[in-house]
Amino acid sequence: MTAAALATPPPVIDVRGLVKRFGDKLVVNDVSIRVAAGTIYGFLGPNGSGKTTTIRLLCGLLTPDSGEGTCLGLDIRTQSAAIKRQVGYMTQKFSFWEDLSIAENLDFVARMYGLSDRRRRVDGALERLGLANRRRQLAGELSGGWKQRLALAACILHEPKLLLLDEPTAGVDPKARREFWDEIHRLAADGLTVLVSTHYMDEAERCHEIAYIAYGTLMTHGPVERVIAESGLRTRVVAGADLGPVATALTGQPGVEMVAVFGSRLHVSGMNGAALDAALKPWAGRTDLRVTAADPTLEDVFIHLMNRSTDNFQ
Amino acid sequence: MGGLSFSRLLAVMVKELIQMRRDRLTFAMMVGVPILQLILFGFAINADPKRLPTAVLTADVSPFARSLVAALGNSGYFDIGRAVSGEAELDRLLATGQVQFAITIPAGFSRDLQRGERPVLLVEADATDPAATSNALSALSVIARQALDPDLVGPLAALRSTPDPIELRVHRRYNPEGITQYNVVPGLMGVVLTMTMVMMTALAVTRERERGTMENLLAMPVRPFEVMLGKIVPFIGVGYVQVLLIVGAARLLFGVPIVGSLLLLSAVLVVFIAANLAVGFTFSTLAKNQLQAMQMSFFFFLPSMLLSGFMFPFRGMPGWAQAVGEILPLTHFLRIVRGILLKGNGFADIVGELAPLLAFLLVVTVVALKRYRQTLD
Repeated sequence: MTAAALATPPPVIDVRGLVKRFGDKLVVNDVSIRVAAGTIYGFLGPNGSGKTTTIRLLCGLLTPDSGEGTCLGLDIRTQSAAIKRQVGYMTQKFSFWEDLSIAENLDFVARMYGLSDRRRRVDGALERLGLANRRRQLAGELSGGWKQRLALAACILHEPKLLLLDEPTAGVDPKARREFWDEIHRLAADGLTVLVSTHYMDEAERCHEIAYIAYGTLMTHGPVERVIAESGLRTRVVAGADLGPVATALTGQPGVEMVAVFGSRLHVSGMNGAALDAALKPWAGRTDLRVTAADPTLEDVFIHLMNRSTDNFQ
Repeated sequence: MGGLSFSRLLAVMVKELIQMRRDRLTFAMMVGVPILQLILFGFAINADPKRLPTAVLTADVSPFARSLVAALGNSGYFDIGRAVSGEAELDRLLATGQVQFAITIPAGFSRDLQRGERPVLLVEADATDPAATSNALSALSVIARQALDPDLVGPLAALRSTPDPIELRVHRRYNPEGITQYNVVPGLMGVVLTMTMVMMTALAVTRERERGTMENLLAMPVRPFEVMLGKIVPFIGVGYVQVLLIVGAARLLFGVPIVGSLLLLSAVLVVFIAANLAVGFTFSTLAKNQLQAMQMSFFFFLPSMLLSGFMFPFRGMPGWAQAVGEILPLTHFLRIVRGILLKGNGFADIVGELAPLLAFLLVVTVVALKRYRQTLD
């Protein structure tokens, strides 16, 4: 990483002021993103926030209404064909042919990219993702986890330099998710740049850098710790039993922005630490409860950001 | 829970009505199909075609010949066009389907008539579609018997009596026995191709969109034209298998004569199949799901079937219906396939029908490519 930093290679994604409208709906509003080579870049935001549209703008499936920039050093407005050749795009919904077998799907993709020694590459991809003994199985018969492996195998078949993954682990069990992320990290270690959108906080925390987009606007970005620190959010944790009434009483108090129960712990957050402590005073002295200051979690920060963002979809 | 609950029943009915209203194309179909059928069956179709184009070769310039021709025109069945100079031209007009009837008034017609020698009036009919000619032919014998009566005056009045003053000789060309199957079976080739080709491509492409695989395809470095061509070409193969089946059945099962060149037919088939596939592809770019693609195919199929001359004589339809029919690829293909199989048409004979087919293909392909854009927006 240090050697790469010294050489300072140009960013893989470098876009500024992207705007996209569908009709009179502003879906992507002035989004600028910069992703360095070899980074795993997490893309977070609520449903309908413009994540998918932004990804489509990056890989040339959509043309921005305004804004400019490069992807892999190629102009996203004019060189989308060349970008497509070097990008692996995994769609949110499984989008391979369910009535083709795993091997047939991969073979088709290999032909699309005009790959030489097709058979070797397909075999290699099958091997790498543990799909070899399922090669003749129809894609439609696969479970969610296996479908996702197939999709990843197909996306990296042409050895792209940039991987765009749109909510790749939605509906996949935790073990498969864990394995998938291990694979993503292996690919990144090999020099691949990955931009991945997700709703899962544990996944966000496995990214080198994250960006949070809400209602088409980029709210914050940077490494996870920095995003948390820069949010300015203060959190107190109330531990104890029967927290329901406490949560109800705290909700709406001055200085209290968010109250969320996690089993035997209550997260109370707000922008002002003193105001928080004042609101918590009635409970601070109780013996069955323990109030401590803590770092907000990424989830706290995101919900805080979501609450603050204006919803222009209403 | 047992028994019939009216509130539950009502809930289901209300839900159905809401969904019906949301699905605009289905709604349009429920209203549009009856209207379309009313117009087509009520106004466009006429099983008794009149004013059929007729060419006359007169080798005898006489008042008798003139009266005869005038009587033919007055009957309403024959539309006497320009005079023809020779037999070769007459044959060509029949072969290319420009005229339905060719009438020859032989040399010495009036002389033989006056001598009471019953000259021959030769009427050749394009009988590839027996339904188009049968009424006109039955009217013909009456005309031939009575047309000359006003001229047969004075000493010639005796000729009015039986037997008829002239001998009417009718040649039903290309289909002497007036067998309907000769007309229907080759035509069926066009109908089957229209139905399957339009529907199959419309569904094949819409399926990609419905299942989300289209987005994947678009993200790959493939050109729209390559996708379109790659999707269409396999169906051309399917089309040929269908044609093989129908031609085989026509020959073996129905004994339809195959006079012309099958090679020429297969060349024309490429254009016709491609035209239908392009229509299907265009539909697929408009349809949101496979159901809509089906409905659009049906909207195209119905007029193709009724206005092309497959089910009803083309010349029996009013002008506007013929104009619509002339746009449809099936209309021209029917003329070509009947021309090749039954009349033995060569390339020169069918080129007039091939041109509109090619024009249709060109226009629809441009529309399809314009509609099918590389990006999702």
